[in-house]
Amino acid sequence: MADPLIEVRGLGRRFDVSKPWLNRVLEREERQYLTATADVNFSIARGETFALVGESGSGKSTIAKMIVGLLPPSEGQILFDGQDMGKVGTSELRALRRRFQMIFQDPFASLNPRWRVGDIVSEPLRTFGLAKGAEVTREMERLLDTVGLSARDAEKFPHEFSGGQRQRIAIARALSAKPEFIVCDEPTSALDVSVQAQILNLMRDLQDEMGLTYLFISHDLSVVRHMATRTGVLYLGRLVEVSEGKSLFRDPQHPYTKMLLDAVPDLALSGRRRTPVTGEIPNPINPPSGCPFHPRCPVAIDKCKTDVPPSFQTPNGSAACHLLG
Amino acid sequence: MSDPKTSGPQANEAVTEAAIPERTPGRLFKIWDSDVAYSFRTSPVAIISGVVALAIILAALLAPWIAPTNPFDPASLNLMDGFTPPMQENAFTGNTFLLGTDNQGRDMLSAMLYGARISLFVGVSAVLLAMVLGITAGLIAGYRGGWADAVLMRIADVQLSFPSILIALLIFGVARGIIPPSQRETMAIWVLIVAIGLSDWVQFARIVRGATMVEKSKEYVQAAKVIGAHPFKILLRHILPNVMGPVLVIATIGLALAIIAEATLSFLGVGVPPTQPSLGTLIRIGQQYLFSGEWWILLFPAVMLLTLALAVNLLGDWLRDALNPRLR
Amino acid sequence: MTEPLLSVRDLVIEFPTRRGVLRAIDGVSFDIAPGEVLGMVGESGAGKSLTGAAIIGLLEPPGRIVSGEIKLKGERIDHLSPAAMRKIRGRRIGMVFQDPLTSLNPLYTVAKQLIETIRTHMNVSDAEARKRAVALLDRVGIPAADRRIDDYPHQFSGGMRQRVVIALALCAEPELVIADEPTTALDVSVQSQIIDLLKEICAEKGASVMLITHDMGVIAETADRVAVLYSGRIAEVGPVASVISEAEHPYTRGLMGSIPTLTHDSDRLVQIPGSMPRLNAIPPGCAFNPRCTQAFDRCRVERPFPIDRPGDRRVACWLYDEQEATHG
Repeated sequence: MADPLIEVRGLGRRFDVSKPWLNRVLEREERQYLTATADVNFSIARGETFALVGESGSGKSTIAKMIVGLLPPSEGQILFDGQDMGKVGTSELRALRRRFQMIFQDPFASLNPRWRVGDIVSEPLRTFGLAKGAEVTREMERLLDTVGLSARDAEKFPHEFSGGQRQRIAIARALSAKPEFIVCDEPTSALDVSVQAQILNLMRDLQDEMGLTYLFISHDLSVVRHMATRTGVLYLGRLVEVSEGKSLFRDPQHPYTKMLLDAVPDLALSGRRRTPVTGEIPNPINPPSGCPFHPRCPVAIDKCKTDVPPSFQTPNGSAACHLLG
Repeated sequence: MSDPKTSGPQANEAVTEAAIPERTPGRLFKIWDSDVAYSFRTSPVAIISGVVALAIILAALLAPWIAPTNPFDPASLNLMDGFTPPMQENAFTGNTFLLGTDNQGRDMLSAMLYGARISLFVGVSAVLLAMVLGITAGLIAGYRGGWADAVLMRIADVQLSFPSILIALLIFGVARGIIPPSQRETMAIWVLIVAIGLSDWVQFARIVRGATMVEKSKEYVQAAKVIGAHPFKILLRHILPNVMGPVLVIATIGLALAIIAEATLSFLGVGVPPTQPSLGTLIRIGQQYLFSGEWWILLFPAVMLLTLALAVNLLGDWLRDALNPRLR
Repeated sequence: MTEPLLSVRDLVIEFPTRRGVLRAIDGVSFDIAPGEVLGMVGESGAGKSLTGAAIIGLLEPPGRIVSGEIKLKGERIDHLSPAAMRKIRGRRIGMVFQDPLTSLNPLYTVAKQLIETIRTHMNVSDAEARKRAVALLDRVGIPAADRRIDDYPHQFSGGMRQRVVIALALCAEPELVIADEPTTALDVSVQSQIIDLLKEICAEKGASVMLITHDMGVIAETADRVAVLYSGRIAEVGPVASVISEAEHPYTRGLMGSIPTLTHDSDRLVQIPGSMPRLNAIPPGCAFNPRCTQAFDRCRVERPFPIDRPGDRRVACWLYDEQEATHG
């Protein structure tokens, strides 16, 4: 890729889910680890929207948290604009932090209920020292206007707003740091569809105006298809397929992607007979050996049970499946 | 309120907003109209206990102006007035006292007003001390977790396994050992505050720790972290305001307990000196004369203490219900 | 048309609050024919779950049915005594909720809950009930049902638990199943399995289904007819295919356009400005008028009644009134 803004190399994260020490000793149990993500590689170019799609336990939120620095990675590197985030000093990290922001899933939890909207939106301005005195207010009011709220909303508290308006406030807060890159973790999954459309359109408009780069995380394939310029599919913490544009939805390569697309309820009423989906996502504490998808895969071969498949080139990207090798 | 989606002030998005003119009610109206205020207005128990508590607190605060005599001033005391029953003329001096006098001829009413002042001062100060200690410990334990949490909470557990009055007695004893005898009288009230405050912080620490652990996992705290806000700022500006609700409840109930603890300590003779009697001290003095027939010396301070503690306690109970998130 | 299995007429549900009475359901009427799957779709707060709760008599106070009637096979079931309602619930009307854990008691094995339900409503022996329960679990796709029946709810995965709930809802062979967001808590790949199962098994047992969901896709795949709720009123009702492909009510049209699909390309989604009004701020006339691009004067003053449309559809919108058509 010509000019990646974010590059993720071999990113992995394990969580210690062991019982307390005393229980372990008494019950003679080993330490237990949950591998939330393993060996994830991708890069995001400036101005694009890279989407990560996956079901529960796929590790998509863990990746988001590692990228914005809420969780330290267990292994691998995250490079922002060429700088390894794990190696830069505190002052450089602080400068880097301003350049990426995050929008959260639940607009009812992501705004401090005791703060006025104006204070919420201007917090990044003050923290990063981007404005002083009356400038702060002016900038904050401009941001509220940008996201479709009015300046007099600054005096109100979050509970006075509907879900969609709260998500607008959260977007205004993210924008106030003047970031280049925004991680959006399920930004519309708590909203009703008609409001979701407003927020998705707003995010599109802002991207066009400000040249933002998005990492868009969602479980909703239709939303991802609408937003993404490139899409990665996660299954049990591993990236199973990455594909350019809408080709993922037209021509899925990995059996899991195919299954996922088949499972989406069909609004077009095409009456297609879909292949019945079988099985459920296994417990990530004891993931299957080899390819994590093999127990549910209709086309699995013996090799899938033993070897983790490497990533192979596909016409529009890459996919980790032995059958493509 | 049954449905959270329907409660609270109305808010509509851009379009409907234009249709409905904005009214900006004044701050006082907002307070009057708030759910907590409404809950107060509609609860007879809350109103009665609020009025009673307020009356006692006001009377105590205004004691120097409304009390008939100054019981702390030895010059105004006449030993001949001692043991005058309520509303009766003293056989020697001919003076009459509304609530009678004690053994030293102190007017009971005045002594009680001044006594309530000391009781309240000790109670409020002790609760404030416990609050500061408990909130600090709770915030650190809840936010940091790990060993800081383990150490602080084990200390709390150990302290909880002793009756708090015992802890207070212990602290009182140690303090007496440290302070030179000449200053014991003047320092007594401060020692009392520290003793009660230190014996009471655990409650605050526990509740704040629990609430902090809930709040710190919420997305607004994560958002502050993404911005790079200092942990100190996250604790004080983001988390603290959101854990204050339960703290206020504990503080109100704690005030009633602290007043009783002060009375207990004074009753046991380790509290404030008899020259500056609190309600507890008055009760201790009265108890000595109960069986010789001078019942009023015990009864009136006891009733006042009981009324005050009960009123504050009921207020605390009401506050807990009013702040219950389920009802908001 | 044959006699409907369930018939709801002019249902009005209100919540008295201190700031006035909130009307959450305002004149909702619909029928469910025997064997039919009726989808009930709407945004959060539209009142779809409330309608379901009212039918099974589980409306939470202070919510109450103010007027209207609910008939099951011609027999009024609103305002039945709790005891009489319990006989209908489970026996004649089964329930599937969003969170399987709320319908299953965590303290009892699946066997105990299934057998108890079967024996409460049907006159069979313990052994016979168990046999039926195992067969039902097998039917809903629980592998090794005869062994797993003795497990506790927490030993099942989310999707399996929802299968158990479906078995529980169907074990007394009810005539109607009310499924409130049955797949919302599940992953996409599991969701489609549950939809298929619910559809098949209800068809097999001849049970009608009232499927409450916010997900138009689920409705499209499952329902025969769909009712679109907005602000506690039915905007549009009709056969699924025609409502989805050629919605008549401006709200439904906006709603359909705002859903991104896997097949249709568009740069921008259709968006309805604003959001659904809160219950205390429903505008006069048509509840949708402030957000409607086609609203005219009448919409702002007069509430549209359901107008019969060709193809067994009904739309509450003045655009389709004869009077308007003739006047131009």
